[in-house]
Amino acid sequence: MIGRSLLRLLPQIVSLLALIGLVSVFFPTFLQIDFSDGRLVGPMIDIVKRGAPVALLAVGMTLVIATRGIDLSVGTVMAICGAAAAWAVSSGYGTVPSLILALLVGLAAGLWNGILVSVIGIQPIVATLILMTAGRGIAQLITEGRILTFSDPDFATIGSGTLFGVPFPVVLWLLTGIGFALMMRWTALGLLIESVGINRRASALIGINARVLLIAVYMASGLCAAIAGLVVTADIRGADANNAGLWLELDAILAVVIGGNSLLGGRFSITASILGAMIIQTIDTGILLAGFPSEYNLVIKAVLVLTILVVQSPNLSAQWLWARQALARRRALRDEAAPQSGPRMTERPVPESEVSR
Amino acid sequence: MVLSIRSLSKHFPGVKALDDVDFDLAAGEIHGLLGENGAGKSTLIKCLTGAYRRDSGEMILDGEPISPSSTAEAQELGIGTVYQEVNLLPNLTVAQNLLFGREPRRLGFIDGKAMRREAERMLKGYGVAIDVARDLGSYSVAIQQLVAIARAVDLSGKVLILDEPTASLDANEVRLLFNVVRGLKERGLGIIFVSHFLDQVFDLTDRVTVLRNGKKITTETTASLDRMELIANMLGHELERVERKQRTAAGDQAPPRETIIRFTRMGRKNVVEPFDLTVHKGEVIGLAGLLGSGRTESAEMLFGIRSAPEGRVHDGETVVNLASPRDAIAAGLGFAPEDRKTDGIIASLSVRENIILALQAQRGWLRKMPRNEQKRLTDRYIDALDIRTPDGEKAVGDLSGGNQQKVVLARWLAMNPRFLILDEPTRGIDVGAHAEILRLIERLTDDGMAILIISSELDELIAVSDRVIVVRDRQHVSELVGDEIQRDRIIENIAAPDNRETVA
Repeated sequence: MIGRSLLRLLPQIVSLLALIGLVSVFFPTFLQIDFSDGRLVGPMIDIVKRGAPVALLAVGMTLVIATRGIDLSVGTVMAICGAAAAWAVSSGYGTVPSLILALLVGLAAGLWNGILVSVIGIQPIVATLILMTAGRGIAQLITEGRILTFSDPDFATIGSGTLFGVPFPVVLWLLTGIGFALMMRWTALGLLIESVGINRRASALIGINARVLLIAVYMASGLCAAIAGLVVTADIRGADANNAGLWLELDAILAVVIGGNSLLGGRFSITASILGAMIIQTIDTGILLAGFPSEYNLVIKAVLVLTILVVQSPNLSAQWLWARQALARRRALRDEAAPQSGPRMTERPVPESEVSR
Repeated sequence: MVLSIRSLSKHFPGVKALDDVDFDLAAGEIHGLLGENGAGKSTLIKCLTGAYRRDSGEMILDGEPISPSSTAEAQELGIGTVYQEVNLLPNLTVAQNLLFGREPRRLGFIDGKAMRREAERMLKGYGVAIDVARDLGSYSVAIQQLVAIARAVDLSGKVLILDEPTASLDANEVRLLFNVVRGLKERGLGIIFVSHFLDQVFDLTDRVTVLRNGKKITTETTASLDRMELIANMLGHELERVERKQRTAAGDQAPPRETIIRFTRMGRKNVVEPFDLTVHKGEVIGLAGLLGSGRTESAEMLFGIRSAPEGRVHDGETVVNLASPRDAIAAGLGFAPEDRKTDGIIASLSVRENIILALQAQRGWLRKMPRNEQKRLTDRYIDALDIRTPDGEKAVGDLSGGNQQKVVLARWLAMNPRFLILDEPTRGIDVGAHAEILRLIERLTDDGMAILIISSELDELIAVSDRVIVVRDRQHVSELVGDEIQRDRIIENIAAPDNRETVA
């Protein structure tokens, strides 16, 4: 069981390690982590902290994509929820009620998307596009067109505070990711979602309540977007209706794809998507740290992402497997042909590991 | 010989799909290719059409050794294929389909007139008078099948492979198709005909080759073929005959049986005329009728997939509302649909997950079935239904059709429904699995389950049914019980509108 899930995550883990290695070449102190002022600091800590919004979005997006859907509205939902929280907290409703309000707004946005997709039957890409574009307007209405700032220290903790030295956003995505991943596998939700994603009609005929399940999935995505929205809003202590979460839906989709989840729905792994989000953030931060001129950033990012996707592609891995088998066959033939004799063994180059011993 | 295959072999990991197979096809011959699921028919055809590369052996077409690496290349060499699922584009016109990729052009633009002319020329001799400018999708599957054949013959013209072409056709359409195929035979094509319908094989073919477990068992002329021997060759053991049900005469009073569920006025305009149905414990109800007669729609109404505005469902004294499959399942119903690929299996989930899914949906998402219980259930049904799979973790989509059907059955058996609806449960599966499924039906009804079975195969209905309801033109026209259940009587009822017997 554990072996199988590790195998599933192998491409993402390898990609991430390779990237870290690559950045370390350009920036030797990349892996250095210090402890100062009661908090962990270092490039890696920076990555896991800055990657929080996309990691959070990727959790919900994974579930939506597993049902063969997509949620383009998450970036906008971040802005709406951030604006709602900022408005509530600056109107004096208190920190906790404001946070709860933001989460409820996220769930409501998800409910809207879910109803459009599952009850009315609009294609997910179109249904969520509506909120993606119109939602910025809602956020602007809440902030009345300005950047709505606030000075609530408790709220700000979500963005810039720490827990046992770990930045709070990191704690949030870890908890959200672990929570959802466990919920999917400890209950039957994961299986039912996959079933609906692979064959919705057959699933409905079996008695799976596909309609409710789809709504729930979009609501989960809305909830994750709300948490991400709180993180970015708390980070800058202000709600920016125009720029909060801008284009992050695309990074979230990319994270899910790098995580090896099929856009055609079905089998999914939340852990792999989060690793995908970390890969994206490592690329972003790594390019900056490596000191390339900033105009190269996007091009380098594109090349790296493409490389990762090509290397992970199942077509390629099938060919890779085939090549390895062919090689093994040829080797076996050669070994058969060669007489088994003592001297041959000594001709074999001694592996380094044996030398060092 | 237009086509000779010599010692063809093809391996897949763990399986010898084809093992040293010889096959000859003469020009002007219709050659039946028979075998159980997994015998190697599809592999042989895929090697011929370039979908697979063979491991060894040779294929000689018109004296030239060939090794096509794609379907397109095979077509160019002269080997055309028509599949059960028509591989054409229903949203294009007939003419566009016929000439797809080689449209006549004038000044660089597609020449509509020439296209029409060309298409009509291609269809000449097929005995179909259709408007080639209409969308292909507006015609029946049979016509689409003929268009596919016309296209394949025109493209290729030496060898035509028909892979289960009659699976979704009714009797008249089959006759139409066969006339066309015989015409093509006269024109000197070599035709390979793959089918599970033995009657059709005897009717149409000149010679028959039987494959079993990747090996060629025999090639014989059809005229000298003995039916039982043929089946024995396909199975490798004598087919255990399914005993015809013991029946009392129609007039005799059968012992009254407990009513499970009673449907009244199930129907909807333009779908099925309202009908009543009372289901008793342990009985098998057969539903006979042609494709499109309303038999599948009837079943879908019973299971809550289609709504019946005036319909009432009585479960004992209470009236229940079956507005969705979920409701129907809660009321103890089960439904194995006709099209198992699109409506039955969840292809990329494992055998285990497919089997437990309905049960899990009923338990609700919170109460996940424990892993060891899932495994126990899966192993039990793999064993009981003889599902051929290495283990429960294999994706269902990778299994053969018959085994997929068994997985769908296992899913419902795990639910232990009171009333199970089976829509064409034996379609497209081999003789062995066929007999097994019929025996299974008997066993289940002995335990008190009621079963409604829809089938195009009358012998199958006759073998298992306690009563047979005949559906014609969206109407339940008659019900046959006891010794009325005979082939001739059923056909009479399906065919003759003036011989109408109304439902009692």
